[in-house]
Amino acid sequence: MELHEFSLRELRQGLQERDFSSVELTTTLLKRISALNPALNAFVTVTESKALAAAATADARRAAGEDGPLLGIPMAHKDIFCTAGVRTTCGSKMLEHFVAPYNATVVERLAVEGMVMLGKLNMDEFAMGSSNETSYFGPVRNPWHTDMVPGGSSGGSAAAVAAGLIPVATGTDTGGSIRQPAALCGITGIKPTYGRVSRYGMIAFASSLDQGGPMARNAEDCALMLNVMAAHDPRDSTSHPAAASDFLRGLDRPLQGLRVGVPEEFFGAGLDPEVAAAVQAGIAELARQGAAVQSIRLPNNPHAVSTYYVLAPAEASSNLARFDGVRYTHRAANPADLTDLYQQSRYEGFGAEVRRRLLVGTYVLSAGYYDAYYRKAQQVRSLIREDFRRAFAEVDVIVGPTTPTPAFPLGAKNADPVAMYLADIYTIAVNLAGIPALSVPCGFTAAGLPIGMQLMGDYFADDLLLNVAHRYQQETQWHRARPPLQAREA
Amino acid sequence: MDWEVVIGLEVHAQLNTATKIFCDCPIAFGAEPNSHTCPVCLAMPGALPVLNAAAVDKAIALGLAIGAELNRHSIFARKNYFYPDLPKGYQISQYELPIVGKGTLTVQLADGVEKVVGVTRAHLEEDAGKSLHEAFIGQSGIDLNRAGTPLLEIVSEPDMRSPAEAVAYLKKLHALVRYLDICDGNMQEGSFRCDANVSLRRPGAAYGTRAEIKNLNSFRFLEKAIEYEIVRQRDILESGGQIVQETRLYDANRDETRSMRSKEEANDYRYFPDPDLLPLVLDESRIERIRDILPELPDAKRTRFMSQYALTAYDAGVLTAGRVLADYYEQVAAGVDGKLAANWVMGDLLGALNKAGIEIEGCPVSAEKLRLLVQRIADQTISGKIAKEIFEEIFYRGGEVDAIIDGRGLRQITDVAAIAAMVDAIVTANPQQAADFRAGKDKLLGFFVGQVMKASQGKANPDQVNAILLERLQKS
Repeated sequence: MELHEFSLRELRQGLQERDFSSVELTTTLLKRISALNPALNAFVTVTESKALAAAATADARRAAGEDGPLLGIPMAHKDIFCTAGVRTTCGSKMLEHFVAPYNATVVERLAVEGMVMLGKLNMDEFAMGSSNETSYFGPVRNPWHTDMVPGGSSGGSAAAVAAGLIPVATGTDTGGSIRQPAALCGITGIKPTYGRVSRYGMIAFASSLDQGGPMARNAEDCALMLNVMAAHDPRDSTSHPAAASDFLRGLDRPLQGLRVGVPEEFFGAGLDPEVAAAVQAGIAELARQGAAVQSIRLPNNPHAVSTYYVLAPAEASSNLARFDGVRYTHRAANPADLTDLYQQSRYEGFGAEVRRRLLVGTYVLSAGYYDAYYRKAQQVRSLIREDFRRAFAEVDVIVGPTTPTPAFPLGAKNADPVAMYLADIYTIAVNLAGIPALSVPCGFTAAGLPIGMQLMGDYFADDLLLNVAHRYQQETQWHRARPPLQAREA
Repeated sequence: MDWEVVIGLEVHAQLNTATKIFCDCPIAFGAEPNSHTCPVCLAMPGALPVLNAAAVDKAIALGLAIGAELNRHSIFARKNYFYPDLPKGYQISQYELPIVGKGTLTVQLADGVEKVVGVTRAHLEEDAGKSLHEAFIGQSGIDLNRAGTPLLEIVSEPDMRSPAEAVAYLKKLHALVRYLDICDGNMQEGSFRCDANVSLRRPGAAYGTRAEIKNLNSFRFLEKAIEYEIVRQRDILESGGQIVQETRLYDANRDETRSMRSKEEANDYRYFPDPDLLPLVLDESRIERIRDILPELPDAKRTRFMSQYALTAYDAGVLTAGRVLADYYEQVAAGVDGKLAANWVMGDLLGALNKAGIEIEGCPVSAEKLRLLVQRIADQTISGKIAKEIFEEIFYRGGEVDAIIDGRGLRQITDVAAIAAMVDAIVTANPQQAADFRAGKDKLLGFFVGQVMKASQGKANPDQVNAILLERLQKS
């Protein structure tokens, strides 16, 4: 096995035993990035010299007797997390030249542990998209098939981890943006319980839905990352006081007696048969390990997408108002007056999908429409939450497909936004409820594209989800498969 | 037929917390532009608000002071609009569920009548920054030092029926926020601002269409703006026109209100609950803790002054208009006659402060010093007239009361024999006036008193001088 395929545990062992230094590891991956990134476009910014300096510091810390599960290990951040001194674009022309004077809490916490940031990862513009095609910096390509999308919005993170450019990455998930690209790229990603991971310094799309989380090649690596990422942050009022936990502790618990619910609504029309078969096989594996599988209902799940596309744009229309051409954003040249400055700067700075959602969001909050859209959507959101509350009275985890189809070709859904929105049909309800969910690889299509299985848990059952995923991965090999990129490596 | 004016006031009180409402930046007036800013109040990407508990406590104090319902569960909402001094593109405010619900404020009118004015609500919100147009040619500067300063917007019911009532309400609220120490009340610097909603109607009819008048940064401007608005609206109505619902700006230089924007031009603020902030939940212990440390409020203090110091309602009202003045008065009145103390504080002291343009907070004469001066009148060490001289001395040049009395030999003469000797000398030296007095020219008593006081260099006890003079002049 090569260095770029190592798990976090293996990397730590190699560093501990001085098989390689952090500088050597970093150098290896930087080379791999420069060779493969032109084809994948997963990185928006590569911070080579800063990375080598950080790696040298990590090596010095280790030489001084320090150790830690993440010390000296390379990673990269989705370009939605603010990084002091390194530009943070959020995939947008609007922030093409924005350099934050502060680190996001997540960035800070991982840096303190000695992780080495190699750069910033491509994403759909302001995290609005399911294919990574809305990025101002061009689409990311799926490492398994470069004509296919990697999913979105954390498509750069998923592609980079799948391609072995980095062992782990951060992502964010507002309606499926960690799980859907994880599924499409064949990696493991968890959207933690809302309030686990600080949103401070994470550029807001829809504040009540956004949640950061790790994307890795297995559940144990996710747990190692989440151990550091999850923590109460006094700078984020929605951060939970009990956010921190040891996610490794229960990782090996056997699944005997685990109650698994399979929602009927997740296996209806629109589900690709190959995806359905792979997920059913995954559920069978859980049953083989002793889980009790039962069918459940989430009757309001079909309303999740329309609810989401009222609430998320509403919050976004307000969250993105700060990008106004006045301070750190793109500013139109020669505006006629203040209104023109706003209009031109925002028209030029935002892409079409962002503009579409801002218009929708502004509309649903307008006087005379608020009750019909925003308030009604909040009521449906309560019903969706109630669905899960009832379900978790009977089962411990809910299992189903992460996405209705495997990765689709670039451009396939660009003309039809609603078709694109339906790519998140199984992931959105989780964000509306605020519960945790993760995606694990559970098979491949005949064409060789990865398939993801989604595990959903009750509030703060993140550790249980990682436990189930980990046990599943002890008995399956899907997560060990690597995309056939070697041939194209320079 | 007469018109009745209907007035409601919206007051923005800047809460005097040490830091801003959603970040740790200090609050300071007049600092270098943008020096008190951080990623949160600059609205940098990813920055999030964290509520300042001190601002909440001050809102609770106001709510308790006006006997209002305190909402145990209130919501912060975003008020969305674009303006360069509003960096987030929205103001965090409270909309559907404010922290303070319905309450009342009792105001004293000039004729001694009390009036209860309803307070609809009070809610917490953040202030915007400032646009600076003067220093830049063809450009505007933005100063965000003020952005994020906590405000409590206090909205009254349309209960006031004259400019005087509106002024009385505003003064009462102004006194209250300073008593509570939740706002410095500085109207010049904008830390206590007022907008007035004004409409006219026939008595008993439904409310008329109102105009909202902004930029009223003094009690006098409030009064004049409403007076102007009454005439403006009456002229329109009496010539058969209709009032347009609009926002008008008061121009103090021209003493008029001008239209800023009509209802049609008004923003659709697209309020919705701020997802970055959890609902604000007040628990009983927090409310009780604040109730326990509430100071004595103006109405209670006024009543107590009337009974404890035997003051008239008017005097008690003047002395309790401000907490600092009331405390000052109580220190002066400690151990001396309350009425005498009140006369000195309200007369000589406030007169001198007014003349010098100094607030009570900056008074050069300590309450203890004034108490001693009044004490020296009461114990007959000096006369009231001498006391006025000494007061001038200590107010403008300083010094100690007793040292001045002794140093200048101002101690009052109360020795009967000494005064009688002076009286005899004056009567003897003025035989014609003495004869005239005895013949019935009573007014000449003043002449004799003046002569004796002059001979004693003002130190003779005036009461004794009077008594001895009368006795000597009766004798014939």
